Amino acid sequence: MCATCGCGSDETKMTLLDHDHDHDHEHPHPHPHDDARTQDRTHTLELEVAVLAKNDELAARNRAWLAERRITALNLMSSPGAGKTTLLERTIAELDRPVSVIEGDQETLFDAERIRNAGARAVQVNTGAGCHLDAAMVGRALEELQPDEGSVVFIENVGNLVCPALFDLGELCKVVVISVTEGDDKPLKYPHMFAAADLIVLNKTDLLPYVEFDPARLAADARKLNPGIEVLPLSAKTGEHLDTWRTWLDTLGPVIR
Amino acid sequence: MHELAIAESVVSSVLERTEGRTVSIVRLRLGKLSGVVPDALMFCFELATAGTPLQGSTLEIDVEDGRAHCRTCGVDFVLEDAFLLCGCGSADVQVRSGRELMVTSVEVG
Repeated sequence: MCATCGCGSDETKMTLLDHDHDHDHEHPHPHPHDDARTQDRTHTLELEVAVLAKNDELAARNRAWLAERRITALNLMSSPGAGKTTLLERTIAELDRPVSVIEGDQETLFDAERIRNAGARAVQVNTGAGCHLDAAMVGRALEELQPDEGSVVFIENVGNLVCPALFDLGELCKVVVISVTEGDDKPLKYPHMFAAADLIVLNKTDLLPYVEFDPARLAADARKLNPGIEVLPLSAKTGEHLDTWRTWLDTLGPVIR
Repeated sequence: MHELAIAESVVSSVLERTEGRTVSIVRLRLGKLSGVVPDALMFCFELATAGTPLQGSTLEIDVEDGRAHCRTCGVDFVLEDAFLLCGCGSADVQVRSGRELMVTSVEVG
């Protein structure tokens, strides 16, 4: 953590899985408070500045960088254990276009290793204490990853149904993955996430016979927050209805929103 | 706990515009639909300002209602939360405000 302004970005660690060394995060932003000076009287300074302006600016830069290279980037968000990585393993095996992945987790290289074993390049972003990815982390990860022109980049966010909803990363679409074992009440409990999503993937449908989960309730509640949002029920493990996900991915083009 | 990241963004936005002068009050406008909890933000603000010219400053948060327009019945109404439901039962609703997260002004010394 930066001792002067308290920004936590120094805790972020980036690991590209076809290298055997880590890249330490640089700290390029200036610290104007280093040359502090005092004045006698107080006065009001009108600012009217968006708190997340810097993140949004970096997200716009990521979006332009991706568009120049005709790359489709998707931001995958869910609770821990909903099956994002399993869905990606399947997708890498079955998608015709080249795929690479930015993996966000607080610690470990587990998920990036799974992605690499599935046959795609991956960069692991370890956020340390951070509970979400932000546009700066994704910008640095894209520089490391150097995805192919016309490819698909999946950004697997830190498992968390709260914080990632607020941070634009420069992606084309936000996809929320929810599994049937989590309960069908999640949209009402975590409204901001479901309001921000462009698509809901309902995973682990092979377990529906064993749990109390009403897919119709999930869809109805999600549409109270996000009218018209599409829900794709599937099982990444068994492959059931995975064709609907592939079809949805095929409809995407690298466009700027 | 994204409020820590938000608090850090507040601090850096202010630092960029105050040239190292001491700041005694930071004023925010926070929409009810922004997904940020004022109490959590207050708590994190203290942590994020430590060791900066904002240390010890007061955070004043002006919480604003969400406002929406119903495309079915045409009425404008207040949104208390993220559920886009008009009194007429329609969910075909356009959010007009309530997602803001702005530093409006600061008191500098």
